Amino acid sequence: MSIETSPKQSWWNRLAHPGQFVIWTRPFILPLAILTAVLLALGVWFAFFNSPADYQMGDTVRIMYVHVPTAWLSQFVYATMAVSALGTLVWRHPMADVSMKAAAPLGAAFTAMALFTGALWGRPTWGTFWEWDGRMTSTLVMLFIYLGIVALWRAFDDQLRAARVVAIFTLVGAVNIPIIKFSVDWWSTLHQPSSVFRADGPTMPGSILTPLFIMFFAFTFLFATLQLLAMHTEVKRRRVMTLERRAARGEAA
Amino acid sequence: MIELGQHAQFIIWAYVGVFAGLLALVSWTLLDARRTQRRLEALGDPRRDGKS
Repeated sequence: MSIETSPKQSWWNRLAHPGQFVIWTRPFILPLAILTAVLLALGVWFAFFNSPADYQMGDTVRIMYVHVPTAWLSQFVYATMAVSALGTLVWRHPMADVSMKAAAPLGAAFTAMALFTGALWGRPTWGTFWEWDGRMTSTLVMLFIYLGIVALWRAFDDQLRAARVVAIFTLVGAVNIPIIKFSVDWWSTLHQPSSVFRADGPTMPGSILTPLFIMFFAFTFLFATLQLLAMHTEVKRRRVMTLERRAARGEAA
Repeated sequence: MIELGQHAQFIIWAYVGVFAGLLALVSWTLLDARRTQRRLEALGDPRRDGKS
């Protein structure tokens, strides 16, 4: 009779190994990239050639097909970072801070795109590029939080110490997510209340929901692809730093 | 191409801006990955395949 002496590792523990994480997730990148490209092409085709003008917004509804997915990602990416921050502080998962660091510039870019497309939609619809209403202001605050997090990562040489500081900052900043979400209910605003995810179902017709959902998934898969790539790069960057320190010690000796 | 109406310039600029942003984001991610990989190879990493 043989006795098993090595401890059984769960998938969670295996994913905690940076090298294993890279090996296990690398096969997902190409299929995700292809899926993203196909959905983006399909979404653009629907947006310009196979969707009607809205009865109120007219043709500017087509801006919604890029505005809504980028606005969704500005919050979803932050939620990903907040969960990763918990992973760093509570479970001390080695890949959690890698995920936090990889997501920050992506979130900043999607937030900037949401503000840009929102301004271009607002001018013909509301008569102004910008209004200091609850949702727009809280989204601008979110962009500054993202930029602050990117700067904070760069301010530290010791990335493990940086991870703890950034994780606390990220969790404090997470209070902005419900503010963005419920700003249209709490305050008087130019923005309309939720029109897709409602208890009584979406208020939009299928001809507008179809391109909206295609673009929604295209942008979400794009984030997943870039996030995985950026995480792999961060794992390699840390290996580079380890090797450089080792080389420096060798030279000093 | 369909008729985009009197607000065509806003619609076109929104798409041009977003796709320019996406192109920049993808290019930056790929360049960063390539640069880091080259640095790793230059340092003679014995575990090049990420098997750290």
